[in-house]
Amino acid sequence: MREKATVLDKENLARAVTRMAHEILEKNKGTQNLCLVGIRNRGVYLAERLAKNIEEIEKVRVPTGVLDITLYRDDLTLIADKAQVRKTEIDFDITAKIVVLVDDVLYTGRTIRSALDALIDLGRPDSIQLAVLIDRGHRELPIRADYVGKNIPTAQGESVEVRLEESDGKDEVVIVEKEI
Amino acid sequence: MWIRKDLLGLEELSKEELELILSTAESFKEVSTREIKKVPALRGKTVVNLFYEPSTRTRVSFEVAAKRLSADVINIAAEASSARKGETLIDTGRNIEALKADIIVVRHNASGAAAMLARNVNISVVNAGDGWHEHPTQALLDIFTLKETLGRIEGLKVSIVGDIAHSRVARSNIWGLAKLGAQVTVCAPRILMPPGIEEMGARISYDIDEALHDADAVNVLRMQFERDEQKAFPNQFEYLEAFGVTQERLKKAKKDIIVMHPGPINRGIEMSSEVADGANSVILEQVTNGIAVRMAVLFLVAQASDSRKTEAHE
Repeated sequence: MREKATVLDKENLARAVTRMAHEILEKNKGTQNLCLVGIRNRGVYLAERLAKNIEEIEKVRVPTGVLDITLYRDDLTLIADKAQVRKTEIDFDITAKIVVLVDDVLYTGRTIRSALDALIDLGRPDSIQLAVLIDRGHRELPIRADYVGKNIPTAQGESVEVRLEESDGKDEVVIVEKEI
Repeated sequence: MWIRKDLLGLEELSKEELELILSTAESFKEVSTREIKKVPALRGKTVVNLFYEPSTRTRVSFEVAAKRLSADVINIAAEASSARKGETLIDTGRNIEALKADIIVVRHNASGAAAMLARNVNISVVNAGDGWHEHPTQALLDIFTLKETLGRIEGLKVSIVGDIAHSRVARSNIWGLAKLGAQVTVCAPRILMPPGIEEMGARISYDIDEALHDADAVNVLRMQFERDEQKAFPNQFEYLEAFGVTQERLKKAKKDIIVMHPGPINRGIEMSSEVADGANSVILEQVTNGIAVRMAVLFLVAQASDSRKTEAHE
Protein backbone atom coordinates (compact mmCIF):
# COMPACT_ATOMS: atom_id res chain seq x y z
CA MET A 1 0.00 0.00 0.00
CA ARG A 2 1.37 3.39 -1.00
CA GLU A 3 -0.14 6.68 0.03
CA LYS A 4 -0.90 8.74 -3.03
CA ALA A 5 -2.54 11.89 -1.78
CA THR A 6 -4.22 13.43 1.21
CA VAL A 7 -7.67 14.51 0.11
CA LEU A 8 -8.93 15.91 3.41
CA ASP A 9 -6.85 17.22 6.28
CA LYS A 10 -8.04 17.78 9.84
CA GLU A 11 -9.49 21.24 9.20
CA ASN A 12 -11.24 20.37 5.97
CA LEU A 13 -12.63 17.17 7.43
CA ALA A 14 -14.14 19.21 10.29
CA ARG A 15 -15.61 21.70 7.79
CA ALA A 16 -17.16 18.88 5.75
CA VAL A 17 -18.80 17.42 8.86
CA THR A 18 -20.12 20.84 9.90
CA ARG A 19 -21.59 21.39 6.45
CA MET A 20 -23.25 17.96 6.51
CA ALA A 21 -24.80 18.79 9.89
CA HIS A 22 -26.26 21.98 8.39
CA GLU A 23 -27.57 20.08 5.38
CA ILE A 24 -29.24 17.46 7.56
CA LEU A 25 -30.99 20.21 9.54
CA GLU A 26 -31.97 22.12 6.41
CA LYS A 27 -33.44 19.12 4.64
CA ASN A 28 -35.38 17.94 7.71
CA LYS A 29 -36.34 21.46 8.85
CA GLY A 30 -34.79 21.03 12.28
CA THR A 31 -34.37 18.13 14.69
CA GLN A 32 -37.99 16.98 14.99
CA ASN A 33 -38.02 13.12 14.99
CA LEU A 34 -34.41 13.11 13.86
CA CYS A 35 -31.93 10.47 15.00
CA LEU A 36 -28.47 9.33 13.90
CA VAL A 37 -27.21 5.77 13.57
CA GLY A 38 -23.52 5.14 12.91
CA ILE A 39 -22.26 1.97 11.25
CA ARG A 40 -19.35 0.33 13.04
CA ASN A 41 -16.62 1.30 13.31
CA ARG A 42 -15.86 4.74 11.94
CA GLY A 43 -19.47 5.61 11.14
CA VAL A 44 -20.06 5.61 14.89
CA TYR A 45 -17.51 8.36 15.48
CA LEU A 46 -18.79 10.40 12.56
CA ALA A 47 -22.38 10.11 13.84
CA GLU A 48 -21.16 11.32 17.22
CA ARG A 49 -19.46 14.33 15.59
CA LEU A 50 -22.55 15.15 13.54
CA ALA A 51 -24.64 14.98 16.72
CA LYS A 52 -22.23 17.36 18.44
CA ASN A 53 -22.39 19.79 15.51
CA ILE A 54 -26.18 19.62 15.44
CA GLU A 55 -26.25 20.30 19.17
CA GLU A 56 -24.08 23.40 18.72
CA ILE A 57 -26.35 24.73 15.99
CA GLU A 58 -29.78 23.85 17.39
CA LYS A 59 -29.07 23.33 21.12
CA VAL A 60 -30.80 19.96 20.85
CA ARG A 61 -29.18 16.57 21.42
CA VAL A 62 -30.50 14.09 18.86
CA PRO A 63 -30.56 10.38 19.79
CA THR A 64 -27.51 8.57 18.44
CA GLY A 65 -27.08 4.81 18.07
CA VAL A 66 -24.58 2.20 16.92
CA LEU A 67 -25.28 -0.43 14.28
CA ASP A 68 -23.26 -3.61 13.77
CA ILE A 69 -24.05 -5.17 10.42
CA THR A 70 -21.85 -8.28 10.58
CA LEU A 71 -24.87 -10.58 10.86
CA TYR A 72 -26.50 -9.00 7.82
CA ARG A 73 -23.63 -9.31 5.38
CA ASP A 74 -24.48 -11.07 2.12
CA ASP A 75 -21.45 -13.32 2.36
CA LEU A 76 -20.27 -14.90 5.58
CA THR A 77 -17.02 -16.05 4.02
CA LEU A 78 -15.82 -12.61 2.96
CA ILE A 79 -15.87 -11.45 6.54
CA ALA A 80 -14.60 -14.67 8.06
CA ASP A 81 -11.11 -13.50 8.79
CA LYS A 82 -11.89 -9.94 9.65
CA ALA A 83 -15.03 -8.98 11.39
CA GLN A 84 -15.90 -9.90 14.87
CA VAL A 85 -19.56 -9.66 15.73
CA ARG A 86 -20.13 -6.62 17.90
CA LYS A 87 -23.12 -5.17 19.62
CA THR A 88 -25.85 -3.08 18.10
CA GLU A 89 -26.63 -0.32 20.59
CA ILE A 90 -29.74 1.61 19.69
CA ASP A 91 -31.56 2.41 22.91
CA PHE A 92 -34.42 4.36 21.33
CA ASP A 93 -37.33 3.27 19.16
CA ILE A 94 -36.66 4.09 15.51
CA THR A 95 -40.29 3.62 14.50
CA ALA A 96 -41.73 6.82 13.00
CA LYS A 97 -38.31 8.51 13.18
CA ILE A 98 -36.14 10.02 10.50
CA VAL A 99 -33.01 7.92 10.70
CA VAL A 100 -29.79 9.31 9.27
CA LEU A 101 -27.46 6.39 8.68
CA VAL A 102 -23.81 7.42 8.92
CA ASP A 103 -20.76 5.72 7.45
CA ASP A 104 -17.24 6.75 6.51
CA VAL A 105 -16.92 5.56 2.89
CA LEU A 106 -19.62 4.72 0.34
CA TYR A 107 -18.25 2.29 -2.24
CA THR A 108 -20.13 -0.75 -3.62
CA GLY A 109 -23.26 -0.04 -1.57
CA ARG A 110 -23.31 -3.52 -0.04
CA THR A 111 -22.64 -2.32 3.49
CA ILE A 112 -25.54 0.09 3.22
CA ARG A 113 -27.81 -2.64 1.84
CA SER A 114 -26.98 -4.75 4.92
CA ALA A 115 -27.49 -1.78 7.21
CA LEU A 116 -30.94 -1.10 5.74
CA ASP A 117 -31.97 -4.69 6.46
CA ALA A 118 -30.60 -4.46 9.99
CA LEU A 119 -32.42 -1.17 10.67
CA ILE A 120 -35.73 -2.37 9.33
CA ASP A 121 -35.57 -5.40 11.65
CA LEU A 122 -35.43 -2.96 14.55
CA GLY A 123 -38.50 -0.93 13.65
CA ARG A 124 -40.28 1.05 10.95
CA PRO A 125 -38.72 4.48 10.48
CA ASP A 126 -40.62 7.15 8.53
CA SER A 127 -37.55 7.55 6.38
CA ILE A 128 -33.92 6.55 6.24
CA GLN A 129 -31.31 8.93 4.86
CA LEU A 130 -27.65 8.30 4.25
CA ALA A 131 -24.68 10.45 5.23
CA VAL A 132 -21.14 9.49 4.23
CA LEU A 133 -17.89 11.33 4.61
CA ILE A 134 -16.51 10.01 1.31
CA ASP A 135 -18.27 8.77 -1.81
CA ARG A 136 -15.71 6.98 -3.93
CA GLY A 137 -17.98 5.63 -6.66
CA HIS A 138 -18.06 2.09 -8.11
CA ARG A 139 -21.55 1.24 -6.89
CA GLU A 140 -22.77 -2.33 -7.37
CA LEU A 141 -26.27 -1.63 -6.06
CA PRO A 142 -28.78 1.17 -6.69
CA ILE A 143 -27.90 3.13 -3.55
CA ARG A 144 -26.99 6.81 -3.18
CA ALA A 145 -26.11 9.14 -0.33
CA ASP A 146 -28.21 12.11 0.77
CA TYR A 147 -25.26 13.91 2.36
CA VAL A 148 -21.68 13.61 1.15
CA GLY A 149 -18.60 15.12 2.77
CA LYS A 150 -16.52 14.78 -0.37
CA ASN A 151 -16.81 12.96 -3.68
CA ILE A 152 -13.56 11.24 -4.59
CA PRO A 153 -13.61 9.41 -7.92
CA THR A 154 -11.12 6.55 -7.60
CA ALA A 155 -9.72 3.84 -9.80
CA GLN A 156 -10.41 0.20 -8.83
CA GLY A 157 -6.77 -0.23 -7.87
CA GLU A 158 -6.98 2.60 -5.39
CA SER A 159 -8.71 2.76 -2.11
CA VAL A 160 -9.70 5.50 0.29
CA GLU A 161 -8.68 5.45 3.92
CA VAL A 162 -10.54 7.52 6.41
CA ARG A 163 -8.60 8.06 9.61
CA LEU A 164 -10.25 9.52 12.66
CA GLU A 165 -8.82 10.73 15.94
CA GLU A 166 -10.97 8.25 17.91
CA SER A 167 -9.72 5.14 16.11
CA ASP A 168 -6.52 6.12 14.32
CA GLY A 169 -5.03 8.95 16.35
CA LYS A 170 -5.51 11.66 13.72
CA ASP A 171 -8.06 13.12 11.35
CA GLU A 172 -7.36 12.74 7.63
CA VAL A 173 -8.53 11.09 4.45
CA VAL A 174 -5.94 9.65 2.07
CA ILE A 175 -5.97 7.82 -1.24
CA VAL A 176 -3.79 4.73 -1.19
CA GLU A 177 -2.67 2.69 -4.14
CA LYS A 178 -2.70 -1.09 -3.81
CA GLU A 179 0.62 -2.53 -4.84
CA ILE A 180 0.32 -5.20 -7.47
CA MET B 1 -9.67 -15.71 15.41
CA TRP B 2 -11.84 -18.81 15.12
CA ILE B 3 -10.75 -21.50 12.64
CA ARG B 4 -12.29 -24.70 14.04
CA LYS B 5 -15.07 -26.33 12.07
CA ASP B 6 -16.23 -28.08 15.26
CA LEU B 7 -16.74 -27.36 18.93
CA LEU B 8 -16.00 -30.61 20.74
CA GLY B 9 -14.89 -29.51 24.19
CA LEU B 10 -13.25 -26.77 26.20
CA GLU B 11 -10.12 -28.79 26.98
CA GLU B 12 -8.72 -28.18 23.52
CA LEU B 13 -9.54 -24.46 23.33
CA SER B 14 -7.11 -21.65 24.05
CA LYS B 15 -7.89 -18.79 26.39
CA GLU B 16 -8.26 -16.51 23.35
CA GLU B 17 -10.76 -18.84 21.71
CA LEU B 18 -12.82 -18.99 24.91
CA GLU B 19 -12.78 -15.20 25.13
CA LEU B 20 -13.84 -14.88 21.49
CA ILE B 21 -16.88 -17.10 22.07
CA LEU B 22 -17.83 -15.10 25.16
CA SER B 23 -17.52 -11.72 23.47
CA THR B 24 -19.39 -12.94 20.40
CA ALA B 25 -22.16 -14.24 22.68
CA GLU B 26 -22.37 -10.83 24.31
CA SER B 27 -23.27 -9.32 20.94
CA PHE B 28 -25.80 -12.04 20.22
CA LYS B 29 -27.58 -11.49 23.52
CA GLU B 30 -28.98 -8.22 22.24
CA VAL B 31 -30.77 -10.01 19.37
CA SER B 32 -33.08 -11.83 21.81
CA THR B 33 -34.18 -8.51 23.31
CA ARG B 34 -35.52 -7.20 20.00
CA GLU B 35 -39.09 -7.22 18.91
CA ILE B 36 -38.02 -9.21 15.84
CA LYS B 37 -35.71 -11.75 17.48
CA LYS B 38 -33.94 -12.87 14.34
CA VAL B 39 -30.88 -12.04 12.25
CA PRO B 40 -30.12 -13.50 8.81
CA ALA B 41 -26.57 -14.68 9.59
CA LEU B 42 -27.22 -18.41 8.95
CA ARG B 43 -29.94 -18.05 6.33
CA GLY B 44 -29.93 -21.08 4.06
CA LYS B 45 -27.96 -23.23 6.51
CA THR B 46 -29.38 -26.41 7.98
CA VAL B 47 -28.71 -27.43 11.58
CA VAL B 48 -29.48 -31.01 12.61
CA ASN B 49 -29.98 -31.77 16.30
CA LEU B 50 -28.99 -35.42 16.66
CA PHE B 51 -29.83 -36.56 20.17
CA TYR B 52 -29.14 -40.09 21.40
CA GLU B 53 -30.07 -39.15 24.96
CA PRO B 54 -33.25 -37.53 26.11
CA SER B 55 -32.84 -33.78 26.45
CA THR B 56 -35.33 -30.99 26.39
CA ARG B 57 -33.54 -27.89 27.55
CA THR B 58 -30.32 -28.28 25.60
CA ARG B 59 -32.10 -29.31 22.42
CA VAL B 60 -34.66 -26.50 22.67
CA SER B 61 -31.91 -24.00 23.43
CA PHE B 62 -29.94 -25.06 20.34
CA GLU B 63 -33.12 -24.99 18.29
CA VAL B 64 -34.03 -21.48 19.43
CA ALA B 65 -30.45 -20.32 18.85
CA ALA B 66 -30.36 -21.72 15.30
CA LYS B 67 -33.75 -20.23 14.47
CA ARG B 68 -32.75 -16.78 15.75
CA LEU B 69 -29.89 -17.00 13.25
CA SER B 70 -32.41 -17.90 10.49
CA ALA B 71 -31.07 -21.44 10.02
CA ASP B 72 -33.42 -24.34 9.30
CA VAL B 73 -33.52 -26.89 12.11
CA ILE B 74 -34.22 -30.59 12.01
CA ASN B 75 -34.50 -32.60 15.23
CA ILE B 76 -33.64 -36.27 15.29
CA ALA B 77 -34.42 -38.21 18.44
CA ALA B 78 -32.39 -41.37 18.16
CA GLU B 79 -34.84 -43.61 19.97
CA ALA B 80 -37.28 -42.99 17.11
CA SER B 81 -34.68 -43.26 14.37
CA SER B 82 -32.69 -45.80 12.45
CA ALA B 83 -30.20 -46.07 15.35
CA ARG B 84 -32.73 -48.54 16.69
CA LYS B 85 -32.35 -50.48 13.48
CA GLY B 86 -28.64 -50.72 14.07
CA GLU B 87 -27.23 -47.84 12.05
CA THR B 88 -23.90 -46.62 13.43
CA LEU B 89 -23.25 -43.03 14.49
CA ILE B 90 -20.83 -42.54 11.61
CA ASP B 91 -23.31 -43.83 9.04
CA THR B 92 -26.00 -41.60 10.46
CA GLY B 93 -23.59 -38.64 10.30
CA ARG B 94 -22.67 -39.34 6.69
CA ASN B 95 -26.34 -39.59 5.78
CA ILE B 96 -26.98 -36.23 7.38
CA GLU B 97 -24.02 -34.83 5.45
CA ALA B 98 -25.46 -36.27 2.23
CA LEU B 99 -28.64 -34.33 2.95
CA LYS B 100 -26.41 -31.25 2.65
CA ALA B 101 -26.90 -30.17 6.22
CA ASP B 102 -24.25 -27.78 7.54
CA ILE B 103 -24.01 -28.40 11.28
CA ILE B 104 -24.73 -31.46 13.42
CA VAL B 105 -25.41 -30.80 17.09
CA VAL B 106 -24.87 -34.16 18.75
CA ARG B 107 -25.61 -35.58 22.17
CA HIS B 108 -24.50 -39.12 22.87
CA ASN B 109 -24.03 -41.31 25.93
CA ALA B 110 -20.53 -42.36 24.86
CA SER B 111 -17.57 -40.16 25.77
CA GLY B 112 -15.76 -39.13 22.59
CA ALA B 113 -18.78 -39.64 20.32
CA ALA B 114 -18.77 -36.05 19.05
CA ALA B 115 -15.04 -36.16 18.27
CA MET B 116 -15.42 -39.42 16.40
CA LEU B 117 -18.30 -38.03 14.37
CA ALA B 118 -16.33 -34.86 13.61
CA ARG B 119 -13.42 -36.91 12.21
CA ASN B 120 -15.74 -38.74 9.86
CA VAL B 121 -17.76 -35.92 8.34
CA ASN B 122 -16.68 -32.69 6.66
CA ILE B 123 -19.53 -30.61 8.04
CA SER B 124 -19.41 -28.95 11.46
CA VAL B 125 -20.08 -30.89 14.66
CA VAL B 126 -21.06 -29.26 17.93
CA ASN B 127 -20.90 -31.37 21.07
CA ALA B 128 -24.10 -31.09 23.11
CA GLY B 129 -22.82 -33.57 25.69
CA ASP B 130 -20.85 -36.80 25.26
CA GLY B 131 -21.02 -39.33 28.07
CA TRP B 132 -19.17 -38.14 31.16
CA HIS B 133 -16.67 -36.26 29.03
CA GLU B 134 -17.70 -32.70 28.09
CA HIS B 135 -20.70 -30.45 27.67
CA PRO B 136 -18.94 -27.36 26.31
CA THR B 137 -21.92 -25.08 25.64
CA GLN B 138 -23.27 -25.62 29.16
CA ALA B 139 -19.93 -24.61 30.67
CA LEU B 140 -19.70 -21.64 28.30
CA LEU B 141 -23.10 -20.40 29.37
CA ASP B 142 -22.17 -20.87 33.03
CA ILE B 143 -18.98 -18.88 32.48
CA PHE B 144 -20.82 -16.24 30.46
CA THR B 145 -23.35 -15.83 33.27
CA LEU B 146 -20.58 -15.53 35.86
CA LYS B 147 -18.78 -12.93 33.80
CA GLU B 148 -21.95 -10.98 33.17
CA THR B 149 -22.94 -11.00 36.85
CA LEU B 150 -19.53 -10.45 38.45
CA GLY B 151 -17.75 -8.60 35.65
CA ARG B 152 -14.77 -10.94 35.38
CA ILE B 153 -13.57 -14.55 35.58
CA GLU B 154 -9.91 -14.04 36.46
CA GLY B 155 -9.37 -14.56 40.17
CA LEU B 156 -12.92 -15.69 40.94
CA LYS B 157 -13.41 -18.54 43.38
CA VAL B 158 -15.92 -20.96 41.93
CA SER B 159 -17.10 -24.12 43.69
CA ILE B 160 -18.73 -26.96 41.82
CA VAL B 161 -20.80 -29.18 44.08
CA GLY B 162 -22.36 -32.56 43.38
CA ASP B 163 -21.76 -35.71 41.42
CA ILE B 164 -18.41 -34.75 39.89
CA ALA B 165 -17.64 -38.30 38.77
CA HIS B 166 -20.52 -38.52 36.33
CA SER B 167 -20.61 -34.91 35.29
CA ARG B 168 -19.57 -33.64 31.86
CA VAL B 169 -20.79 -30.22 33.02
CA ALA B 170 -18.21 -30.25 35.80
CA ARG B 171 -15.38 -31.32 33.50
CA SER B 172 -16.08 -28.65 30.90
CA ASN B 173 -16.45 -26.02 33.62
CA ILE B 174 -13.12 -26.96 35.20
CA TRP B 175 -11.29 -26.75 31.87
CA GLY B 176 -12.87 -23.46 30.90
CA LEU B 177 -12.66 -21.72 34.26
CA ALA B 178 -9.07 -22.78 34.90
CA LYS B 179 -7.98 -21.44 31.51
CA LEU B 180 -9.63 -18.11 32.21
CA GLY B 181 -7.88 -17.80 35.56
CA ALA B 182 -10.59 -18.74 38.07
CA GLN B 183 -9.83 -20.87 41.13
CA VAL B 184 -12.06 -23.92 40.98
CA THR B 185 -12.98 -26.08 43.96
CA VAL B 186 -14.93 -29.26 43.44
CA CYS B 187 -16.94 -30.70 46.30
CA ALA B 188 -18.56 -34.12 46.38
CA PRO B 189 -19.02 -37.18 48.53
CA ARG B 190 -15.84 -39.26 48.25
CA ILE B 191 -17.56 -41.93 46.20
CA LEU B 192 -18.59 -39.35 43.59
CA MET B 193 -15.15 -37.75 43.27
CA PRO B 194 -13.25 -39.08 40.26
CA PRO B 195 -9.46 -39.45 40.12
CA GLY B 196 -7.38 -36.90 38.20
CA ILE B 197 -9.34 -33.80 39.20
CA GLU B 198 -6.34 -31.98 40.64
CA GLU B 199 -4.40 -32.50 37.40
CA MET B 200 -7.21 -30.63 35.63
CA GLY B 201 -6.50 -27.62 37.83
CA ALA B 202 -9.16 -27.87 40.52
CA ARG B 203 -8.95 -28.12 44.29
CA ILE B 204 -10.82 -30.89 46.10
CA SER B 205 -13.03 -30.46 49.12
CA TYR B 206 -15.22 -32.99 50.87
CA ASP B 207 -16.86 -30.42 53.11
CA ILE B 208 -19.65 -28.35 51.60
CA ASP B 209 -19.38 -25.56 54.18
CA GLU B 210 -15.68 -25.24 53.53
CA ALA B 211 -16.28 -25.20 49.75
CA LEU B 212 -18.85 -22.43 50.13
CA HIS B 213 -17.26 -20.20 52.72
CA ASP B 214 -15.22 -17.87 50.50
CA ALA B 215 -16.65 -18.77 47.09
CA ASP B 216 -17.82 -16.03 44.72
CA ALA B 217 -20.08 -18.54 42.99
CA VAL B 218 -21.33 -22.05 43.42
CA ASN B 219 -22.43 -24.28 40.57
CA VAL B 220 -24.72 -26.97 41.94
CA LEU B 221 -24.90 -30.11 39.82
CA ARG B 222 -27.97 -32.20 39.39
CA MET B 223 -28.01 -35.47 41.36
CA GLN B 224 -28.90 -38.02 38.76
CA PHE B 225 -30.63 -40.58 40.93
CA GLU B 226 -32.41 -41.97 37.91
CA ARG B 227 -29.03 -42.99 36.49
CA ASP B 228 -27.40 -44.02 39.74
CA GLU B 229 -26.96 -47.70 39.18
CA GLN B 230 -24.28 -48.06 41.83
CA LYS B 231 -26.58 -46.57 44.47
CA ALA B 232 -23.76 -44.30 45.50
CA PHE B 233 -25.92 -42.43 47.92
CA PRO B 234 -28.37 -44.29 50.09
CA ASN B 235 -31.14 -41.76 50.13
CA GLN B 236 -32.03 -38.45 48.52
CA PHE B 237 -32.82 -36.66 51.75
CA GLU B 238 -29.58 -37.68 53.30
CA TYR B 239 -27.93 -35.98 50.36
CA LEU B 240 -29.56 -32.61 51.10
CA GLU B 241 -28.43 -32.97 54.68
CA ALA B 242 -24.80 -33.68 53.77
CA PHE B 243 -24.19 -31.83 50.49
CA GLY B 244 -27.31 -29.87 49.60
CA VAL B 245 -27.15 -26.09 49.20
CA THR B 246 -29.60 -24.62 51.68
CA GLN B 247 -30.37 -21.13 52.96
CA GLU B 248 -28.67 -21.97 56.28
CA ARG B 249 -25.48 -22.89 54.47
CA LEU B 250 -25.61 -19.77 52.29
CA LYS B 251 -25.85 -17.61 55.41
CA LYS B 252 -22.32 -18.65 56.26
CA ALA B 253 -21.06 -17.91 52.74
CA LYS B 254 -20.35 -14.56 51.05
CA LYS B 255 -23.47 -12.40 51.11
CA ASP B 256 -23.66 -12.01 47.33
CA ILE B 257 -22.52 -15.51 46.31
CA ILE B 258 -23.91 -16.44 42.90
CA VAL B 259 -25.87 -19.70 42.76
CA MET B 260 -26.03 -21.59 39.48
CA HIS B 261 -27.58 -24.89 38.39
CA PRO B 262 -27.60 -26.45 34.91
CA GLY B 263 -31.16 -27.78 35.41
CA PRO B 264 -33.43 -29.55 35.76
CA ILE B 265 -33.41 -28.92 39.52
CA ASN B 266 -34.23 -31.61 42.06
CA ARG B 267 -35.79 -29.28 44.60
CA GLY B 268 -35.05 -30.44 48.11
CA ILE B 269 -32.21 -32.74 47.05
CA GLU B 270 -29.14 -30.86 45.80
CA MET B 271 -30.67 -27.49 46.47
CA SER B 272 -33.53 -26.21 48.58
CA SER B 273 -36.41 -24.37 46.90
CA GLU B 274 -35.61 -21.25 48.90
CA VAL B 275 -32.14 -21.12 47.34
CA ALA B 276 -33.33 -21.97 43.84
CA ASP B 277 -35.80 -19.08 43.91
CA GLY B 278 -33.71 -16.79 46.11
CA ALA B 279 -31.90 -13.54 45.44
CA ASN B 280 -28.54 -15.25 44.84
CA SER B 281 -29.89 -17.54 42.12
CA VAL B 282 -29.10 -16.79 38.46
CA ILE B 283 -30.59 -20.06 37.21
CA LEU B 284 -33.06 -18.48 34.79
CA GLU B 285 -30.44 -16.01 33.51
CA GLN B 286 -28.39 -19.08 32.63
CA VAL B 287 -31.22 -20.29 30.40
CA THR B 288 -31.43 -16.92 28.62
CA ASN B 289 -27.66 -16.76 28.22
CA GLY B 290 -27.59 -20.30 26.84
CA ILE B 291 -29.26 -19.05 23.68
CA ALA B 292 -26.69 -16.27 23.14
CA VAL B 293 -23.79 -18.65 23.74
CA ARG B 294 -25.17 -21.27 21.35
CA MET B 295 -25.86 -18.62 18.71
CA ALA B 296 -22.22 -17.57 18.99
CA VAL B 297 -20.96 -21.15 18.69
CA LEU B 298 -23.16 -21.98 15.69
CA PHE B 299 -22.15 -18.72 14.01
CA LEU B 300 -18.42 -19.23 14.58
CA VAL B 301 -18.29 -22.83 13.34
CA ALA B 302 -20.41 -21.94 10.30
CA GLN B 303 -18.12 -19.03 9.49
CA ALA B 304 -15.03 -21.25 9.81
CA SER B 305 -16.56 -23.94 7.57
CA ASP B 306 -17.44 -21.38 4.93
CA SER B 307 -13.97 -19.92 4.84
CA ARG B 308 -12.51 -23.43 4.49
CA LYS B 309 -14.69 -24.00 1.46
CA THR B 310 -13.52 -20.71 -0.05
CA GLU B 311 -9.89 -21.66 0.48
CA ALA B 312 -10.48 -25.03 -1.15
CA HIS B 313 -11.82 -23.27 -4.24
CA GLU B 314 -8.92 -20.85 -4.54
